[in-house]
Amino acid sequence: MSLISYVINGISLGSVYAIIALGYSMVYGIAKMLNFAHGDVIMVGGFVVYTMASGLGINPILSILCSMAFCTVLGMTIERIAYRPLRNATSSLAVLITAIGVSYFLQNIALIIYGSSPKAFTSVVTIPSLKLADGALTISGETIVTIVACIIIMVVLMLFINKTKAGQAMLAVSEDKGAAALMGINVNGTIALTFAIGSALAAIAGVLLCSAYPSLSPYTGAMPGIKAFVAAVFGGIGSIPGALIGGILLGLIEILSKAYISSQLSDAIVFAVLIVVLLVKPTGILGKQIQEKV
Amino acid sequence: MKRLLQSKETKKTLITFGIVIITYIIVEILMLCGLLSNQLQGLLVPICYYVMLAISLNLTVGILGELSLGHAGFACVGVFTGTVFSICMQNVIAASWIRFALAIILGALFAGIVGILIGLPVLRLKGDYLAIVTLAFCEIIKNVINVIYLGKDSQGLHISTTDTTALGMEPEGVVIIKGAQGVTGMPQDANFTIGILLILITLFIVLNLVHSRDGRAIMAIRDNLIAAESVGINITKYKLMAFSISAALAGAAGAYYGHNFNNIKAATNNFGYNMSIMVLVFVVLGGIGNMRGSIIAAVLLTLLPEMLRGISEYRLLIYSIVLIGMMLFNWSPKAQAWKEKMKVRILGKLKKNQKEVQ
Repeated sequence: MSLISYVINGISLGSVYAIIALGYSMVYGIAKMLNFAHGDVIMVGGFVVYTMASGLGINPILSILCSMAFCTVLGMTIERIAYRPLRNATSSLAVLITAIGVSYFLQNIALIIYGSSPKAFTSVVTIPSLKLADGALTISGETIVTIVACIIIMVVLMLFINKTKAGQAMLAVSEDKGAAALMGINVNGTIALTFAIGSALAAIAGVLLCSAYPSLSPYTGAMPGIKAFVAAVFGGIGSIPGALIGGILLGLIEILSKAYISSQLSDAIVFAVLIVVLLVKPTGILGKQIQEKV
Repeated sequence: MKRLLQSKETKKTLITFGIVIITYIIVEILMLCGLLSNQLQGLLVPICYYVMLAISLNLTVGILGELSLGHAGFACVGVFTGTVFSICMQNVIAASWIRFALAIILGALFAGIVGILIGLPVLRLKGDYLAIVTLAFCEIIKNVINVIYLGKDSQGLHISTTDTTALGMEPEGVVIIKGAQGVTGMPQDANFTIGILLILITLFIVLNLVHSRDGRAIMAIRDNLIAAESVGINITKYKLMAFSISAALAGAAGAYYGHNFNNIKAATNNFGYNMSIMVLVFVVLGGIGNMRGSIIAAVLLTLLPEMLRGISEYRLLIYSIVLIGMMLFNWSPKAQAWKEKMKVRILGKLKKNQKEVQ
């Protein structure tokens, strides 16, 4: 029974990673940049809900919606101010460093407003936990909500990308910016839209993460952010099903190695598996092989 | 000799060495006059460490052209091998400078070996994939060091991954590495003079490599891998060479830095990926491939948060804003065009003035 409950926990954690990884993966696919600030947008999303739901006593659903709106605006602002001017810079490192600067900026703003001590985050989930097999197996409400949310997001996003014009435009821009522009696609607008969606997803991920692991500090987002990127690379960057598979595998590996091998080494094991996967399949599990032309 | 001095590259190199030496003399004079606050004096060793890390990372990022986010991991290897060696040899080698030199060499050697082991499989990857894998290695090294317990008694060294009692040592044995609490009890041999010497050695190694035949091969790989391969350059060999030398130099820097404290642990803030990123910031801000720039950026960016300590709450916020602003100003095509325009305008005015004078 304990194995099953670990697996369920792993899938739940993996679902959060998958939602974050989606944001990472879409942004990477379209803007070809490692958005190091993505993890900190998760933290901002968490803090907005914390302030509204725990601080002001506003309805949790409403505060989640507000948090999504806030993060969407934040993501688009970051893109406009910090990333867009550097899109055609001679070195791709420039925008990476700017993203790191934005990450420091968000962390320190949160540090000034909320202080460095972790805040106890009240879970926004009100669904009672599910007891199976005469109480031997308990699935918490947070776990159910997380997994359901992840599935809904994946389906909606797949439909959005494959069935709508804006989604097709995203695919076109990630394939070839110049050609997309010639086809009359608003490249800047499409990239901004990608950041908006990614940041809204980050807000949801932040709430889910903080509901499952109820502590919130300015550094909450950093490590999940990095791991989500690992998940995105794992599954093949730029691919939505890849982000899902990568996220869930990562969550499973992390929880199972925490349970059976060593809690201190779980991160090391996660990263070691990533390295092995990349060495065997350098573009990730579902990644496309890109032929380089000479 | 005269012809040698006329070469542009040699001149540049000599100027870089000169800057380091002159800075050393100025700082020493300031210290003698008592003009340097205790806080600044405490920063001298860390600054030397960061400068070394920046120079060595610039070899990977600027000369080899590969993005590595695992530099702190190599420094971490250097710290732990260097300090463990020093603690073990404290009673064997009496002369502290010989012991310290050996510790630094050993740190460099170990980090270099780790660099080769990591580089062999990983350097096949490119760009951001390489970045994420080096970051992963850095975290693995940190995590593994955090579970190691190492002790020494008359029987020799004992190692365990559970706790201190599992070492099964004699009562008079000393625990050297205590898991997450890090190493304790190394001699504090590091000082500013040794730091400057190490910076000069690091610079000498890197600049010599860059200006050698091997260095040109490495830069050819950076500029065009396929072209380099087709003229017969052994890609794996040269990539590995640059990567492992960079790792070894980071290891030396780490061994030096480790001897600045009584206790050092592999925590997220000093040997996590954050540290690697900070060093990368030095490299990119100083100019990719420009060693002098790396040195200046490392010194300034280490001093900046300390200078802002008066407004302690806001210092890192200001640091981040300065960082974003500087990147935008230095790298955005629009800002570059504007700078170009201003340059032309100012130069034009100067020329006009000169003509009027004539």
